[in-house]
Amino acid sequence: MTKLIVDGIEVDVPADYTLLQACEAAGNEIPRFCFHERLSIAGNCRMCLVELVGSPKPVASCAWAVRDCRPGPNGEPPVVNTRTPMVKKAREGVMEFLLINHPLDCPICDQGGECDLQDQAMAYGVDTSRYWENKRAVEDKYIGVLVKTSMNRCIHCTRCVRFVTEVAGVPELGAIGRGEDMEITTYLEGAMTSELQGNVVDLCPVGALTSKPYAFAARPWELNKTESVDVMDAVGSAIRIDTRGREVMRILPRVNEDVNEEWISDKTRHVVDGLRSQRLDTPYIREAGRLRPATWSEAFTLISIRIKDARPNRIGAIAGDLCAVEEMFALKDLMTRIGSKNLDARQRGSMIDPRWGRALYTFNATIAGIEKAGAALIVGTNPRHEAAILNTRLRKRWRMGQFPVALIGDRADLTYPYHYLGAGPDSLAEIAAGKGDYADILKAAERPLLILGAGALARNDGPRVASLAARAALKIGAVKDGWNGFCVLHSAASRVGALDIGFVPGEGGQTAVQMADSGNADMLVLLGADEIDVAPGAFVVYIGTHGDAGAHRADVILPGAAYPEKSGIYVNTEGRVQMAARAAFPPGDAREDWAILRALSEHLGHKLGYDSLAQLRQALFAAHPHLMRIDRIEPSDSGDIRRMADVDGAPDKTPFAPVIEDFYLTNPIARASAVMAECSAIAEGRRNLTAAE
Amino acid sequence: MAVRRLAPAEVQPKEFSFTAENLAWAKTQLEKYPDGRQASAVIPLLWKAQEQAGGWVPEAAIRYIADFLNMAHIRVMEVATFYTMFNLAPVGRYHVQLCGTTPCMLRGAEDLKKVCHRKIGEQFDVTPDGALSWVEVECLGACVNAPMAQINYDFYEDLTPEILARILDDLAKGKVPPPGPQIDRHFSAPVGGATTLTDPALYATAPKTAGASLKDSKAKKPGAAANVREAAVPAGPVGDSSGKRRK
Repeated sequence: MTKLIVDGIEVDVPADYTLLQACEAAGNEIPRFCFHERLSIAGNCRMCLVELVGSPKPVASCAWAVRDCRPGPNGEPPVVNTRTPMVKKAREGVMEFLLINHPLDCPICDQGGECDLQDQAMAYGVDTSRYWENKRAVEDKYIGVLVKTSMNRCIHCTRCVRFVTEVAGVPELGAIGRGEDMEITTYLEGAMTSELQGNVVDLCPVGALTSKPYAFAARPWELNKTESVDVMDAVGSAIRIDTRGREVMRILPRVNEDVNEEWISDKTRHVVDGLRSQRLDTPYIREAGRLRPATWSEAFTLISIRIKDARPNRIGAIAGDLCAVEEMFALKDLMTRIGSKNLDARQRGSMIDPRWGRALYTFNATIAGIEKAGAALIVGTNPRHEAAILNTRLRKRWRMGQFPVALIGDRADLTYPYHYLGAGPDSLAEIAAGKGDYADILKAAERPLLILGAGALARNDGPRVASLAARAALKIGAVKDGWNGFCVLHSAASRVGALDIGFVPGEGGQTAVQMADSGNADMLVLLGADEIDVAPGAFVVYIGTHGDAGAHRADVILPGAAYPEKSGIYVNTEGRVQMAARAAFPPGDAREDWAILRALSEHLGHKLGYDSLAQLRQALFAAHPHLMRIDRIEPSDSGDIRRMADVDGAPDKTPFAPVIEDFYLTNPIARASAVMAECSAIAEGRRNLTAAE
Repeated sequence: MAVRRLAPAEVQPKEFSFTAENLAWAKTQLEKYPDGRQASAVIPLLWKAQEQAGGWVPEAAIRYIADFLNMAHIRVMEVATFYTMFNLAPVGRYHVQLCGTTPCMLRGAEDLKKVCHRKIGEQFDVTPDGALSWVEVECLGACVNAPMAQINYDFYEDLTPEILARILDDLAKGKVPPPGPQIDRHFSAPVGGATTLTDPALYATAPKTAGASLKDSKAKKPGAAANVREAAVPAGPVGDSSGKRRK
């Protein structure tokens, strides 16, 4: 710790702090453009100049470490001034220089109202300019379908370049030319390929990079802001949903150091237009092969007639990837009352079973814990596609150095180098047996991670794969006192919550795959389940939001609410319980899913015992108390992993297959989004190009 | 300084790769740097590529070098566009870099520019026969011989509009005039011979070992190392006994 006097206030800060951080510790705000906490220091905007007593010139506080300050002649602490006339003049000068070439197009700029340059010009600038020369004109660049450029406005802070290089790990943006003529662009103006590119819009302190899908859509002061969580993957990133009236206008990240820091993936951010198209806004009934709009009571009556023809053990329910815990709990409750044990939330046929113990289906090391890990073995997953934000944590850890990563499964570009061990379980078996050089490297590492993709368990020998992975985790020392590095990475937001409440087949019940097979079920309730093909024969009730696969197969459609339109509990892959808030209302006659189930239960004569969401939550918390602890992770028992490791049997040699074929189209909302379709087409074109080479 | 762009696609070659000789040279460059720092070789490699491609860096060469050094394409593009000595579009066989900085300007560089405009055209225009192109550059460090121009690797100094016109005509015909000062002058020695220390008596007792004065043929060649001297060690001044003592 080093003592420092900032504007007469003595502060004691770590020596590795920058002056900017020290000034903030003393309660001073230092204006900045290029400096960003999570990026490397560039020091090129000069807005953060402060006076360091003894230095002949003002110093850039973002690039000046506290340990670089010299003490006074008699050993007094260094003195920094941020409010002297010298600092004021320096800031005004820098601001004047920045504004020489910055257009005065704030009234037509999308950044207007939330622009760092606008705010800081008001706070630290002067009211006139002494320049009358022409402003520099810069050609706009094409850098993809998500980021719109207005390069006249660029102030050369290079935050975007540093972000894509350092955090996203796809170095595609660069600054060509020099001096005044420096321009930000991609190589030959190709589209960016990062799935995190939307974040450069947030980083851009001016309106040079703005959101293309949101261009000229709304002004920040018109929007209602609702803090919520994301459901596009199992990470549960913290988001802010901005709405105007009934409509969701945009989604922005919120800071949550434990989960997403301050980044979100493009799917999270730009799925917004998918919330408007293909929506189911009224119940439908299939008559003579065609769906026709119906009323709620018609639909409920039809279901109650058809359910009488079905035997309870031939009635089933499948929950989809975006369901909140509440509606799954209500559906499970209803199915239990009907007398059916055919429940499943594992659409893709995962064999993961809550009876194995919670340690076997959560990301035990936690996302923040990745930074403490010493090595990683990734098995049967592509974290870049299945959990893009989690992958940035892995990359962040790799950038800190001394982080060997090994991969078993499908080869993919993860944005950091890894050692490829093999494609199938036999490579994992070698690690579990301690064979091979890499087993030693993993064993030698302090706190190694074993990241097991939930997709690796979506095969008939899933339990044996889980057992093998548990053995491998124990062998490399991933599970020991004070560290549980056995991590299961899910790709669906609803999955851990469903496993927590036991939304899996009861004793003798059918799995999702069995129910979907022909002749196994008379009636199926699909709660937003679109990733499964239900064979002809069964009478399908689809409760969901979009006209997607499930709705096409359905005999009755009950329109539900999408995630910004309902309050619900989601449990992320770490087992962290998070509550999403309602930001908008479902369209037309659509209702919140739990309310649909409650109304349906009354028609079926199995009335559920709750009339409000609060009552439903009371029942839920009584049954599963840990869901009450919002934002907390219930610690899991590493004994589960040891027990699982004792299960015998070797899995067969089939290689692990990737779960996600197309990052941009993994759920019905994303599939309804034109923006996601465009991103997907670009990615597809790129894949074909690479395949052709 | 102006915005620099790559040459249009029609003039860009589809592919680029080093010749066997240049490839071997490039590999020796890589060895200069510690492991993981090979990207440091980007400037010498780009320079070699520019030499090989005939004075400019094609887009394919940027990609080739990026792949060669395991860098992102845009990183090499940044370097190639940053340094103005990398030409991004084809230049003539003889690329004239005319100095326009203050000393040269005061000594008549503006008139030389007019010659270039007349004989070649606008900056970076290539004459139809592909022989000549020109560009105005900042100080090349030969102010004492101002005004001057660098043509490919050679300095042509003490130019006048007439002399430059003659040089350009010669080059267009494929004749390379001798580089160096173009007037009666020995390197940067005074024009028209020495003006001081002219008394022959000063040299009456000069030791014979000093040898003949330096000839142009003994001038340092471009690319010669810094420790290559242009002539024998000069004799000590008259009356200096230190040299004798050394013997």
